[in-house]
Amino acid sequence: MQHNNRRVIVVGGGLAGLAASVRIAESGVPVDLFSLVPVKRSHSVCAQGGINACNEVARQQGYSEYEHFDETVYGGDFLAHQPPVYEMTHWAPKIIDLLDRMGVPFNRTSEGRRDLRLFGGSLFKRTHFAGATTGQQLLYALDEQTRRWEHEKRVVKYEHWEFLRPIVDDGGRCIGIVAQDLRSMQIRAFRADAVVMATGGCGLVYGKSTNSVICTGAAASRCYREGAFYANAEFVQVHPTAIPGADKLRLMSESARGEGGRVWVPRTAGDTRDPRQIPTEERYYFLEEKYPAYGNIVPRDIATREIFDVCVNQGLGVGGGNQVYLDLTHLDREYLERKLGGIVEIYRKFVGEDPAEVPMRIFPGVHYSMGGLWTTYTPASDLRGMEPGAPNSMMTNIEGLYAFGEVNYQYHGANRLGANALLSCIFDGLFCGVGVANYVQGLDESAASRDASAYESAKQAEEAIVDRLVKADGTENPYLIGRELGDEMTAACTVVKSEPRLLQAREKLSELRDRYGRLRLSDTGLWTNQNLSYARAVGDMLRIADAMIEGSLLRKESRGSHYRTDFPTRHDGDFLKTSVARLDPATDRCSIAYEDVEVGLVVPRERNYAKTHAPAKEEATPAVAAS
Amino acid sequence: MVAPNAADARTVRIRIKRQDGPGQPARWEDFDVPYQTGANIISCLQWIAAHPRTVDGRDTTPVVYDSGCLEEVCGACTMVINGGVRQSCTALIENIIDDTNTITLEPMSSFPVVRDLAVDRARLFAALERVRAWVPIDGTYDLGAGPMESPRNQLTRYQLSQCMSCGCCMEACPQFNLEEDEAAWDSSFVGPHAISQARYFNLHETGAILADDRIDLLSAVGGVSDCGNAQNCVKVCPKEIPLTESIAAIGRAVTVRSIKRFFTG
Repeated sequence: MQHNNRRVIVVGGGLAGLAASVRIAESGVPVDLFSLVPVKRSHSVCAQGGINACNEVARQQGYSEYEHFDETVYGGDFLAHQPPVYEMTHWAPKIIDLLDRMGVPFNRTSEGRRDLRLFGGSLFKRTHFAGATTGQQLLYALDEQTRRWEHEKRVVKYEHWEFLRPIVDDGGRCIGIVAQDLRSMQIRAFRADAVVMATGGCGLVYGKSTNSVICTGAAASRCYREGAFYANAEFVQVHPTAIPGADKLRLMSESARGEGGRVWVPRTAGDTRDPRQIPTEERYYFLEEKYPAYGNIVPRDIATREIFDVCVNQGLGVGGGNQVYLDLTHLDREYLERKLGGIVEIYRKFVGEDPAEVPMRIFPGVHYSMGGLWTTYTPASDLRGMEPGAPNSMMTNIEGLYAFGEVNYQYHGANRLGANALLSCIFDGLFCGVGVANYVQGLDESAASRDASAYESAKQAEEAIVDRLVKADGTENPYLIGRELGDEMTAACTVVKSEPRLLQAREKLSELRDRYGRLRLSDTGLWTNQNLSYARAVGDMLRIADAMIEGSLLRKESRGSHYRTDFPTRHDGDFLKTSVARLDPATDRCSIAYEDVEVGLVVPRERNYAKTHAPAKEEATPAVAAS
Repeated sequence: MVAPNAADARTVRIRIKRQDGPGQPARWEDFDVPYQTGANIISCLQWIAAHPRTVDGRDTTPVVYDSGCLEEVCGACTMVINGGVRQSCTALIENIIDDTNTITLEPMSSFPVVRDLAVDRARLFAALERVRAWVPIDGTYDLGAGPMESPRNQLTRYQLSQCMSCGCCMEACPQFNLEEDEAAWDSSFVGPHAISQARYFNLHETGAILADDRIDLLSAVGGVSDCGNAQNCVKVCPKEIPLTESIAAIGRAVTVRSIKRFFTG
């Protein structure tokens, strides 16, 4: 029976949130869409390089959806549950077709078909792109479709609203949210039969990252505070190629290398010559030398560690500093403009040099969180994919509370492959959005008819938090605490980690938590108070940072982005497992347990990009059945 | 990953027009911000947030402003800098500082001030709905690929598609004026960005299904005929979108459609 009084709240208006909104609205269920910013300004807009999917050209060269699945699982060092990855990669071609129908201006071949480029972790061209602003173009297409549903009154947008908490009833079911209007600062409780968190990553925990200023991770942290599990917090992707700035690190897309860009340093330390004057034999193309097959398009964790090693351990960084060349100067200018115009322009505007003339100077920067809210799913009976429409698809441990997109820990394991993020965001929205619609239709009681008391008390709890913040009469400035947190996390918990350094970071976090208890806000007004909003988020970032540090300490192995100098190899026996952090409300600290990963389709093997392997072939019987 | 930029002894004077809320009086506050390598307006505003004290030693509140990606793709951080509208993230101090060593920041004047440098651009997004800025697809089911497209058409569309709804063109346009009454938005000038978006969708095979509707909407009051041809929009567009070409193209389409209607009734 179709219930007419069901509503869904989607929090976050990036690719995942918009895809979910469109899909749920299309199924007949109205959506209330909450976002910190106008959804068209969501962080998905920053994605540059492209979106992966098997296509006919690659297929006729031996590629397949199965190979895409295998690459993703291998690229993630086998930490991803395999059935969701299988489903996602098999859906990918349909998603590209849909985006194409929505009018995304994908680059075209001379015949007018969608052009393709090479991307990290694959030897096949399977990345679809729109210049070097693919995320922007995809976000706009979904923004337009959402506006269309808004026009039909099926989606109601709450832009400039901040999510404060999920409302969970005594039975453990999510029945709404509390949110704050960032202009009037009014706090309200909203009823919903299901809530989809699509709130992205948490790069701001590291201070400067490639993320937008809104990516604090506060929304996920608030769910975690209210009892949601947070998984694989220790896996944070550091992108190999960013340009440092005073305010943030700006991404230089992997597509620069996919289109032929080469990474190098002078062979001699302290070589001060103009890079254009350095002859080829005196250049160290370290990725190409160490990884002959993949070369410059090894996965990000590997490229990042190599750049770090060359600069920090070997002292070969350009000008003696932490930077290497990313060289596009051998490529034709017209080709660069057509395929990489977006990033070439960013470099010109922020560095003042032309990448067509001078090699870019780049260094790694924090980019993406593989970890996120823990979610579940219903696998297909043979593990090949997920059951379509299952109400629990990407539901957190709190019934009715879902996590889609980057805030969902699924798909990418210990390292995400380039151009798989846009895919996973849209896949979550489209595939799992159906599950949300099914879930709310299956409920016996609607949120609209519930007693008001749970809503009122949740709202009052958030009002009390605001009250404490504006009345705090300590001495600490939240911006300075945020900066110190970022510096510490960057130093202790990125490319290389070790127990002594992590223990030091644990101490520092303890100090920062203590100081956070002695805040004073310089703005205590109740109109458009960004100071309050940021100060509140700092507390949420400290809570997530704790899970990141503790997860890193406990994981005594190296896998994907997580590299421990004191445990430099992968250890499947103890750690082919998801780390699951739960918050102890008494201490506001995490406790971590481990959960097995579903690896029934591809048997974990050594991850070594110095070697190539033959294209993966799908076995007639999944490995699990054979074992 | 990157060491903090070494601050040198130099400071930059940042002069900011502030306003506590709608209808409140505006005032100026000056800040001296230590210069950092690679500093931009955003990093200066971030510094001020951590050290909210004016040059005369008075404690104040952090400055309210919109920002997002900080790499000029989200369109959030538009403001009037030294008298000209632009994105503040790409405003590198070393490129905009002059002998006065002072940079002035003001909110855009074509939109209502929310607080300080933040303005309410709801009208900008409403204009996108007004011109039906979408492709009318048959839903999200798997129905195969979209239409093939020549590389030339893709390039034209791609250029238009980079519009990030920042508002620069509306601020620079002499025909686009502050309108706080939401009821009047549908009859006031729609703005260069929306005209360009209408062209963008009319250039797509499926998007063009609504082409006549869009042209009719832009033939009405507040449509393309409100453009005074000042050509300021194209000069300030941070994405170098050929807005005046779009306005001319839509203008021609309006004429063609009115001639057709004259003959067909």
